[in-house]
Amino acid sequence: MIMAGIETYGAYIPITRLPFSVIAGKPPKEGGPEKAVAWSDEDSVTMAVAAGKNCLAGVDHTSVDAVILATTTLAFSEKQGASIVAKALDLTGDVKTLDISGSLRSGLLAIEQAIDMVKAGSANKVLVIASDCRMGAPKSGVEMKVGDGAAALLISNDNVIAELANSASHANEMMDVWRRQGDEFVHSWEDRFINEHGFQENTIAAINTLLEKSKQSATDLSCACISATDARNLGAVMKAAGFKPDQMQDAFFGKVGFSGTAHAPMMLVAALEKAGVGDSVLVSAYGDGASAATFNVTGKVSAERRGIAFYLQRRRVIDHYNKYLSARDLVFGEYPPLDDQGISATVQFRNRDENLSLQGQICQNCGTHQFPKGRVCVRCGTKDQWQPVNYQNNQGKVLTYTFDAFYPAPEPPTAATIVEVVNADGSAGARIHMQFADASTQVMKTGLDVEFVFRRIHRAGKRPNYFWKCTPPHEQQLVAEKADGGAA
Amino acid sequence: MSLKDKVAIVGVGRCKFGENWDRSEEDMIVDATFQAYEDAGIEDPRKQIDAIYCGSLYSKNGSVEVSEALKLYKPLTSVLNYCATGTEAFRAAAMSVAAGVYETVLVVGYDKPKDRGVSGPSVNIRDVRDLPATPAGWFAVCAQPYFEKYGASREHLAKIAVKNHHNGTLAPESFLKKEITVEDALNGRMISWPFGLYDCAAQSDGCAVTIVTRADKAKNFRDDPVYVKAVASGCAPNPNTDPDFDFCRWKPTENAGAEAFEMAGIKDPGKEIHVAQVHDCFTLTELLTYEDLGFIEKGSAKEYIEDGYFELDGELPVNTDGGLKTFGHPTGASGVRMIVENVLQLQGRAGERKLKKQPTMALSHNIGGFPTGCAVAILGIDK
Repeated sequence: MIMAGIETYGAYIPITRLPFSVIAGKPPKEGGPEKAVAWSDEDSVTMAVAAGKNCLAGVDHTSVDAVILATTTLAFSEKQGASIVAKALDLTGDVKTLDISGSLRSGLLAIEQAIDMVKAGSANKVLVIASDCRMGAPKSGVEMKVGDGAAALLISNDNVIAELANSASHANEMMDVWRRQGDEFVHSWEDRFINEHGFQENTIAAINTLLEKSKQSATDLSCACISATDARNLGAVMKAAGFKPDQMQDAFFGKVGFSGTAHAPMMLVAALEKAGVGDSVLVSAYGDGASAATFNVTGKVSAERRGIAFYLQRRRVIDHYNKYLSARDLVFGEYPPLDDQGISATVQFRNRDENLSLQGQICQNCGTHQFPKGRVCVRCGTKDQWQPVNYQNNQGKVLTYTFDAFYPAPEPPTAATIVEVVNADGSAGARIHMQFADASTQVMKTGLDVEFVFRRIHRAGKRPNYFWKCTPPHEQQLVAEKADGGAA
Repeated sequence: MSLKDKVAIVGVGRCKFGENWDRSEEDMIVDATFQAYEDAGIEDPRKQIDAIYCGSLYSKNGSVEVSEALKLYKPLTSVLNYCATGTEAFRAAAMSVAAGVYETVLVVGYDKPKDRGVSGPSVNIRDVRDLPATPAGWFAVCAQPYFEKYGASREHLAKIAVKNHHNGTLAPESFLKKEITVEDALNGRMISWPFGLYDCAAQSDGCAVTIVTRADKAKNFRDDPVYVKAVASGCAPNPNTDPDFDFCRWKPTENAGAEAFEMAGIKDPGKEIHVAQVHDCFTLTELLTYEDLGFIEKGSAKEYIEDGYFELDGELPVNTDGGLKTFGHPTGASGVRMIVENVLQLQGRAGERKLKKQPTMALSHNIGGFPTGCAVAILGIDK
């Protein structure tokens, strides 16, 4: 039998934090509860790409056989997310792309599905990414509970650091939380009813079945990653299943929030970051039934990775609730957004390597890098002697910038830069005109080191239109500019 | 090959520029063109005009607007090159005369952005990567590197705005007639750093017209024709992707300037050009143009600005009518409007804007795109 499990991992949490005090119309309170929010240029797909990029750092991209995206928040009912992720991550043309959606349990289900694929021998390496950015109605209780994030795990039968030991599921059908086609906000039935007969009964049942199967008791486990919607539910399951507080993986309440399909995988990544060889880690997820699985930790990832610990440190606090509403398109404009055919799909098709993979080219005659691609070299005039090159994992340097107050944004101005890609050998790559993401304009300077992040640039045609932006790589604490008291 | 002294301007006209709410394209075209007819002494345009060259970047119906307005059904050519459109239309017209294809040609530059219902530039979304989407964002990318290298600052940009606002108060057809201070300019609402409101050209409607003819026939129209010494066009790679760009100049200006000076036989532009109208879409564009055209050395603009060198009573007056800053920038009109101003200056007909030393050689300059294209026209009163 092929042993299968987790080879490596990565995660992503948007840098933007919305304090609960700001939701309540008060100033941000340092140390108070908050949630992570995908900003106006982020969505499930961009967060998935970020987590996937972190997971695949140092991994040969051509070795990935399949990518599974678990999310309930795709922009499209018909149109895959995993195909965009695969293109942005520069995976090979024969990679299998697959979305798993519909249930908040999809993240863990996708991991189990990937392990089954590897065990069955139909794939050697499967990249599983769970990413969600669900919204509660403004100022609702749900809004305070949900947060945004993503986790990625590379499932394989090679160099595994955590093997799947056992898994169990418990089926259930009830209307507890849902979004109908077209709904922007999460609906739910009465709290006490759905907590007891939904989350708690099912999670406990799945965990009990799992422990029975693995002939373990709760206290035998090193760590329990129990995905729950809030601390009260988490406490209830902990007690009923027999876990002790020190076994419990932190669920990021008041920091990130309940991140839907990504929640259980994010907790698993956080647990693996601090796990030691020989540990046994339980993970459970709820959504239209519950699933639970145990992993035996057999190794450590070789290189430092950007996971939960990295991103929890990286915060940018929003000082006004209107900025959040604007970032999420929850404000009224003079006219509704234009519902037209948007950017030409034909042009997008021709530009897909540049737009999605950040692909430029190197002139084989004179070595000049060029982005976007063209036929004739800007320096030597040679025609069609090009070698494609992808810049997404390179660093860059800001050559110049401006702060554009006209570009529609929740927090104008928008910093636009011209960045020179730095090649692996330190030489100059192509120059790219791109926006600056995440960081305050106060950190901007010529010569600033940046890395590239995949973002939603605009929604022409009411579709997400993706390209790359640049951001400082090691900014830990980028605090928003002083409250201006005004709407964005 | 050269255009030098083959073509002359015998008539000019420009309508009132501004927010022409109650006037259509037709009104502006008719006003400016009939002014030019009168200026050239043309009484029967249907017989005396052989062709029309039209420059309009965003006309609603294309150049047919010109023939329909003037009821002048002559060969009609439309020329486009972003913000250099006006000068490019003039260039094409001059070449057609020099080539002997036509004898007398009408050049009509106009645009009417104020019918669009937006006060600033509209934000275009044409593709995913077209960012930032405003001209201020495109032209601002030279600011920080230039400031760092040469020590200029927003104050120097502000002084250019103050100068052009002052000159604009003296031009009857200008849009903005308001003196401003350096403080006003520095405190203006930010558009795209470092450009505040006063660093940006106004948005306006306008039309300007010139009538060109063969140099040897020019005196049939008037005694003091202005001769075309050069009209040149220059391009350069997109500065946003050019691997060799230093963000301290606009290469299209350097290229067009070099061609124009060679054509005109000018060795020392700073001495031989006596007055200039340059493209001040943003104050920094004007600053860079002083240097890119070789009026002064690269990096020295701040000292010259501080000394008032380019002011109306300075050594080399620039934008004597207030430029794009106070006329606004109805794109197709701007280059032609500058040529009109230079003709008036060379003929000593510039009213309150008359220079202390009568100029004999004048230059005008347009640059546009990201910017990627530039056109320069040099005119002289002596043949």
